[in-house]
Amino acid sequence: MSLHEWMLDGTLGLLVLILAVAVLHVRSLYISIVLFIAFGLLLALIWARLGAPDLALAEAAIGAGLTGTLLLAAYGRVSERRRKAEEPLDWHAGPALLLSLIIAVILMRAVWPLPDLDSALVPAVADQMAQSGVGHPVTAVLLSFRAWDTLLELLVLLLAFMAVRQLLPSLPRQPEAWPLLQAWSRLLAPLSVLIGGYLLWRGSADPGGAFQAGALLAAGAILLRLTGLLPALGWHHFWIRALILGGCMVFLAIGVAGYWLGTGFLGYADGWAGPLILLIEVFATLSIATTLTLLVIGETREVRE
Amino acid sequence: MGMTVITPLLYWLSWIFLLLSAGFFIAGTVGMLRFPDIYSRLHAVTKADTLGLGLLVIGLSLRADDLYSVGIMILIWLLVMGSGATACQLLARYGRESEGDTEADDVAS
Repeated sequence: MSLHEWMLDGTLGLLVLILAVAVLHVRSLYISIVLFIAFGLLLALIWARLGAPDLALAEAAIGAGLTGTLLLAAYGRVSERRRKAEEPLDWHAGPALLLSLIIAVILMRAVWPLPDLDSALVPAVADQMAQSGVGHPVTAVLLSFRAWDTLLELLVLLLAFMAVRQLLPSLPRQPEAWPLLQAWSRLLAPLSVLIGGYLLWRGSADPGGAFQAGALLAAGAILLRLTGLLPALGWHHFWIRALILGGCMVFLAIGVAGYWLGTGFLGYADGWAGPLILLIEVFATLSIATTLTLLVIGETREVRE
Repeated sequence: MGMTVITPLLYWLSWIFLLLSAGFFIAGTVGMLRFPDIYSRLHAVTKADTLGLGLLVIGLSLRADDLYSVGIMILIWLLVMGSGATACQLLARYGRESEGDTEADDVAS
């Protein structure tokens, strides 16, 4: 590696460490959230530098963008008094520290052997790529070899959404949107559809996929909702329910169909893997986008009645 | 024949734009850190976004292999300019609506 590459990587590594410490120790909750978003973006850059564009995309879209938005939305619902309250170091700190240390040790043990890259999994995946129906190894692992994991991820998202719904989060009344922001979101929302669709389509051959595409679509929908260009959305709309449940349902249906046809649960019949994976990804993207949108903007009171 | 003369010329020309762009980015950052109030800070940081990034795009376009990457860079520049201008307006409005309150926050940061 040349000197300027060392400088760039060193600066990125140092900055991300400084930001991590700052996120935890800065006094204002708001500044902490803003720094967390910056931390996520830098982390995405680091993933890109490490040659992992899939992770970079996911980190930028979900880690920085979406989590940041969720945190800001939560911040808007926290009362003024609790924003100022400083958590003093009390007896919680001891067990928390111990738990973090244990997790750190476990993670270190898992990550340490990675640099030699002699994992038996890499050639195993390369061997089976022809049968996977897609051209990108990460997509093949996520939706063909380990489709079970991805199905469970979708179920976890659905459960999280159900749990949030039970908490009946009350939203502060939205202020009137400024015309400038409205005009800009009119321009940005179609772009998010375009780029989201591109990421979804590209996912079969290159980095990209349902979660990244879903996060981008959600960003467009959230912008439109916040500027009042989209009507209030809620669970009581049939198509919202259909979109949210559609991801898991299509995935499960295809899994069961495989079982029925003799290729096993979540096994794809010969020659059908490509189209089936695309079908699953399209419905998963729509489901993820709708769920994430509702998680951020919530359901307003009027809608629930 | 012409290409052999033009390519190194473009390469050196691109350095001028890249250095100018770095200057704008540094000046914008210093301005954001040192300027006294929210409006002049916004002024500084949006100048860095638009002019700094614009000069960077020109500099990199001069060394680009094809028009395709030039087009992508110009689109990125337009997108960043649009979101920068909108975010600037929003922050300035927020600053005006909660005068005093934001000042304290900014100093703390």
